[in-house]
Amino acid sequence: MSKIIKLRKGLDINLQGQAAESLVDVPMAKEYAVSPLDYEGVTPKLLVKVGDKVKAGTPLFFDKNNTRVLYCSPVSGTVSAVNRGEKRKILNVTVAADATQESEQFATLDIQKASREDVIEMLLKSGLWTMILQRPYGIVANPADQPKAVFVSAFDSAPLAPNMNFVLKGQKENLQKGMEVLSKLAAGNVHLSVRANAEGEMAALKGVNLHTFEGKHPVGNVGVQIHHIDPIAKGDIVWTVNIQDVAAIGRLFATGKVDLTKVIALTGSEVEKPQYYRIISGAPVSSIVAGQIKKQAEGDSVRIISGNVLTGKKVAADGFVSATANQITVIPEGDKYEMLGWIAPRFGKFSVSRSYFSWLCPKKQYKLDTNLNGGVRPFVVTGLFEEYLPMDIYPMYLFKAIIANDIDKMENLGIYEIVEEDVALCEFVDPSKTEIQQLVRDGINLMIKEC
Amino acid sequence: MGLRKIVDNMKPTFSEGGKFGFLASTFDAIETFLFVPNTTTKKGAHVRDAIDMKRTMFFVVLALIPAFLFGCYNTGSQVGLEGFTALMYGLVRVLPMLAVSYVVGLGIEIIYAQIRKEEVAEGYFVTGFLIPMIMPVSTPLWMVALGVAFAVIFGKEVFGGTGMNIFNPALVARAFVFFAFTPQMSGEKVWFSDWKMMGATDATTGATALEQLATKGEMQWSAMDAFLGFIPGSFGETSTLCILIGAAILLYTGIASWRTMLSVFVGGLAMGYLFQAVGLTEYPAYYHLLVGGFAFGAVFMATDPVTSAQTNTGKYIVGFMTGALAVLVRVVNPAYPEGMMLAILFMNALAPTVDYFVVEANINRRKNRIKTVK
Repeated sequence: MSKIIKLRKGLDINLQGQAAESLVDVPMAKEYAVSPLDYEGVTPKLLVKVGDKVKAGTPLFFDKNNTRVLYCSPVSGTVSAVNRGEKRKILNVTVAADATQESEQFATLDIQKASREDVIEMLLKSGLWTMILQRPYGIVANPADQPKAVFVSAFDSAPLAPNMNFVLKGQKENLQKGMEVLSKLAAGNVHLSVRANAEGEMAALKGVNLHTFEGKHPVGNVGVQIHHIDPIAKGDIVWTVNIQDVAAIGRLFATGKVDLTKVIALTGSEVEKPQYYRIISGAPVSSIVAGQIKKQAEGDSVRIISGNVLTGKKVAADGFVSATANQITVIPEGDKYEMLGWIAPRFGKFSVSRSYFSWLCPKKQYKLDTNLNGGVRPFVVTGLFEEYLPMDIYPMYLFKAIIANDIDKMENLGIYEIVEEDVALCEFVDPSKTEIQQLVRDGINLMIKEC
Repeated sequence: MGLRKIVDNMKPTFSEGGKFGFLASTFDAIETFLFVPNTTTKKGAHVRDAIDMKRTMFFVVLALIPAFLFGCYNTGSQVGLEGFTALMYGLVRVLPMLAVSYVVGLGIEIIYAQIRKEEVAEGYFVTGFLIPMIMPVSTPLWMVALGVAFAVIFGKEVFGGTGMNIFNPALVARAFVFFAFTPQMSGEKVWFSDWKMMGATDATTGATALEQLATKGEMQWSAMDAFLGFIPGSFGETSTLCILIGAAILLYTGIASWRTMLSVFVGGLAMGYLFQAVGLTEYPAYYHLLVGGFAFGAVFMATDPVTSAQTNTGKYIVGFMTGALAVLVRVVNPAYPEGMMLAILFMNALAPTVDYFVVEANINRRKNRIKTVK
């Protein structure tokens, strides 16, 4: 085995509500949704209308900017609604599920013998291509590109993240098949990163370059891993795939059927019994959290997040789990005033600063709410972001280059290597409360537009 | 909660469109002082670290308290008082200066915040506390007011406010006062309080330790006196011990950079030893760290994150050069015994250049890294 890559920088935020390792099968829900908003920069063009019959794997819409990429239904049933927001922007397409599930049938391919183009075609037609993301930029990959390599992180290090070894128990053959598909796409150059002392079955997968990482969050972020394995230079394109999606791709090639079953963790301090749930991608949030949220005192409310507390999306109780989420987190809303809070000792609060006491009890699990904990200010403190971005990048200078719309500087300072999730910790620790993830996305969008 | 209700009732009047809408920033400043706002995260990370600018700045002020209290005591002690009376005398003596500093400075800050429709930044919370501490105790109040106004407007607001300034505002205030009113601000009297009250006697005025070192090459006080702070000097700068207590608070909370702080001391010592070695100075090099504003500048001014270097490598370089330059000015320039203020201001101007080269090195390193992989 190759040597362990140890990262010193980073931060594990200990929160209450880690999922226990028990799995609940969620029965078929009434409705499932596919949302273009789960992907960056997608302009959807509908291929169905309300009332159309669809199967799992039937295209619902495609992306005008990347026209070969189809977004398909996860279940069979009837298209029940196209929900739109301001300016008629499509928010999601919902499908009312049938009692008996059917999938589009695709020809099973012998991956070794099939051409790369056939493999790509199968992924595109089934809608599973959308699982392949491109770096730089973190957008859905362009099937016309030849990537330098494909990177997969076999673990998630975010707060309350699911244990992927548990999530993917029994999926080893599918994972192996999925890796073969990726290998075909990247001409044999697939990198898989596992966590030291928690390698599980993943380390036994064949046909991949195995890397072992050790450290605190964001060590599980594929972007951080790429930086330490084979960094992205100007002009490079690499692809990344979520480890659960590798299994789904494997299932497609093994059976010829679209099976978007996945396991997600229900976590957070406001969950009665945090544990794992087996769902089909795009399931309603209510099918998982209903009856699971702790009773709140009067005037208190909770925030349901599709994803983890750092990078997830806020979702309504009647919303849907986003396609990219591996967990749901429920935490208290922090819409409360706190008298002289900035001067009080605040024992229950977590901070990386020693002006609080949380550093004295590193094992303590915190119940954090959504309060911003202060007002938005210009950048003042220096040298802080560097400690939470384990890359050879000067984050503050990069952020300032983005604010100044300075494309040359952004390029030189490392915009190609990061996406939002990589700077989420910088945003968390920032005493000036800047919206850094949004800033980075704006910078990336400017790069896409200008380059 | 009662107070919360009162604030909520008043809020519409003080919001934009309300009767006192032109006071919105002032109201917001008071409200957020009393209550951490109920703002929740909208985009990005849903939970945030509990620290904010208010707490950061508060801890800097907390770190200044020991030196401040000792400054009060020393002011009284220099005019022949002892014990608690000396402390009270100094406190009464400095309060008007502190009040002028905050009223003028915050007033201008609030006006600017209102014009920009922003919240009032917390930076002046610290600056306003620093200014009386780096002035001689008998500085006339109108000079303090002018210095503060100049510092806030031309040292900070013209650049865009807190976080955007190039020079440390408190030092801009001191530099302004010293260079605009040189006759009044030099000489021996200004270092001693001229208020006759609480039984204060006429001070036997004399040159400060720094001037004595510069002119005679020795001082009338022992190194221990200088370390503890029983020497004349600017209000808050005399006690190296109390400043070190403040330094401990800043370093423990991680608010000031140990890189900068350490490098300033190392730079000063290195330069001091060099002068001693070549025979320019007779007294030991560590005297530089004990007298004048060296320690105070190193701990509280050179570490200002906005005006100092922003990269870790840059912090070592800028810190070292600040210390070295301060001693250079002290020893080589006969007209001006205190070099710390000028050294910090000069390095404030140079810090972005140092950072520029550090960042360029990073850019080149990243480019080369790419070549070697391919």
